[in-house]
Amino acid sequence: MAIKLPIYMDNHATTPVDPRVVEAMLPYFNDKFGNAASRNHSFGWTAEEAVENARGQIARLVNATPKEIIFTSGATESNNLAIKGVAEMYREKGNHIITQVIEHKAVLDTCKRLEKYGFEVTYLPVEKDGRINLDDLRRAITPKTILISIMYANNEIGVVQPIAEIGKIAKEKGILFHSDGVQAAGKIPVDVQKDNIDLLSLTAHKFYGPKGCGALYVRRKNPRVQLSAIIDGGGHERGMRSGTLNVPGIVGFGKASELCQNEMAAESERLRRLRDRLKDGIFAKLDEVYVNGSLTQRLPHNLNVSFAFVEGESLLMGINDIAVSSGSACTSATLEPSYVLKALGVGEDLAHTSIRFGLGRFNTEEEVDYVTSRVVETVNRLRELSPLYEMAKEGVDLSKMNWKAE
Amino acid sequence: MAYSDKVIDHYNHPRNVGSLPKDDPNVGTGLVGAPECGDVMKLQMKINPQTQVIEEAKFKTFGCGSAIASSSLATEWVKGKTVDEALAIKNTEIVRELSLPPVKIHCSVLAEDAIKAAIGDWKKKKVVDSPATQTAAAHD
Repeated sequence: MAIKLPIYMDNHATTPVDPRVVEAMLPYFNDKFGNAASRNHSFGWTAEEAVENARGQIARLVNATPKEIIFTSGATESNNLAIKGVAEMYREKGNHIITQVIEHKAVLDTCKRLEKYGFEVTYLPVEKDGRINLDDLRRAITPKTILISIMYANNEIGVVQPIAEIGKIAKEKGILFHSDGVQAAGKIPVDVQKDNIDLLSLTAHKFYGPKGCGALYVRRKNPRVQLSAIIDGGGHERGMRSGTLNVPGIVGFGKASELCQNEMAAESERLRRLRDRLKDGIFAKLDEVYVNGSLTQRLPHNLNVSFAFVEGESLLMGINDIAVSSGSACTSATLEPSYVLKALGVGEDLAHTSIRFGLGRFNTEEEVDYVTSRVVETVNRLRELSPLYEMAKEGVDLSKMNWKAE
Repeated sequence: MAYSDKVIDHYNHPRNVGSLPKDDPNVGTGLVGAPECGDVMKLQMKINPQTQVIEEAKFKTFGCGSAIASSSLATEWVKGKTVDEALAIKNTEIVRELSLPPVKIHCSVLAEDAIKAAIGDWKKKKVVDSPATQTAAAHD
C-alpha cells in the first residue's frame, strides 16, 4: 500500500474526527439545529434528545451516570471548573490542594492562580518513571486538604498514574479527587467507580471527536460533589456551566465515546503492537537512544524517546513529512525544554533531544516502518554533524566539560 | 515555524562539515554554547601564518536548523578572508542573510562567538609557539 504523506503521528495533541463521528454530527448543523434549552417546540426537543443520548454514551465510557456529565468547551475549561469550583465551594473546609509537577498547564496555572487568592498548593514530585510516590501523597495531606488533582495519564510521556490507589487514599481521608483524564479516556479503561474519582475532565478531540467540546464528570453520590460555577448565565448544565450547548459537537463527542468503548480492546492492542514495532525498530538501529518514563505503566500508543546528541527541532526539520512533537526548547513558546522531562530527572541536554510519537486509530504498519527508517536516517545524518557525538565517541565526558554558555 | 529557503538549503546541504586536526599549530578551534542550552557549535579554521588568510574552515553543530545554517554560513564566509576580516563579521549580517526570526538571533550570536573563539585559539597557539615568548618565559 502506498503511503500518503505527510504522516500524522501526533495524536496526543489532537486526533482527526472519525468519519462515523462526522456522519453522526452532520444533521445537527442544519436539519436538527435546535437549541437544546428550547423547551416548547420540537426543534428544541430533538436537540435535547440528542444531547441526552450523547450524555449517556459518554457516561458509559467512564462508568458514570448521565446526570454526572457536565458539558464544557474542552478539558482546559473542565480542569478550571473542577479546581476553581471546588476551591470556592469548599473554602470553609480548607484551603489546601495537592497536585503534581507534570500536570498539564490547565491544572498547574489554575492552581497558581488560586495561590494568589490564599490557597496553598503542594506540587508533588514524580519518580524517574514519571509516577508520583504514594507515600509523598500521604505525607502531603493535611486537615485542610480539600482536593487532590492528579492526571490519569501524561500528555508528553504517556505514563499512567496509580489512579486507583490515589482514589482510595482520597476516599479514606474524605478528600475530593479530580483527575484530568483527557489522554486516558477512550484509550484505556477508565472507571470512576472503581478508581474512586470524584471529578474527571474529558475532551472529545483527543479520541476522534470534534474540538471545542469537553465534559466534566461530577460525582453525585458518595459523596455528592458541589461546585461553584465559573461561568454565570442561564443556568444550563445544573447551574454548573451556563451557555447554549454545542449540540453537533456533543453528538460527535457521544458517538466518539461509543466507538472508543466498543473498539478499545482491539484498538489498544493494535496500537501497542505498532508502538513496540516503532520502538524496537529505532532501538535496533541506533545507539544512545532512551525512552522517557515507564514503559510498563504507559498508554499503549505513546513513545517518547531522547536521541542523544541530536537537537529535537533539527530532527523535526529533517523528518518534515512526519508530524510529531519535541520537548526541545526551540519548539516551545517559552524557550525552555520540557518541564515534564525535567521533573523526571532527564538532563536538559537530553530533554532537548526528545521526540514524542503519538500513534492513533488511522496509523498503519507501513507508516510505522516509514517513520522508523526516516528517523534513523535523519538521526544518523545529524549525528555526523554533531560535535557532541564526535566528542562522546572520542571518549570525552560531556558532563565534565566546562561549557561556555551564553 | 516556517524556515527561510536559505536556512533549509544550509540544513539540507550543510557546507564544510567536518573536523580539522586540533593539535595542528595552524588550526584554531572554537567550541561555544552548551548542551543544556540546546546549542553547541564547533568551528575550526586552518590559517596561513604568513598571509593570515583562512584557507580552510570546518564545522559541526548540535542545535536547531537555524544554528546549523548559521555555522554553515560562517564557514563559507570566513574561507578566503584574513583573520581581521573574519573578526569583522557581525551576527546581524548572518541574521540578514538567513532571514532569521527574532527567536533565532541567538544562533547568529553563537556563530559570531565561534568565529572569534576559533581565531582566539589560533592566536593563543601562536603566542605559545613563538620563540620570543618562549625566551621571555625562560627569563621569568
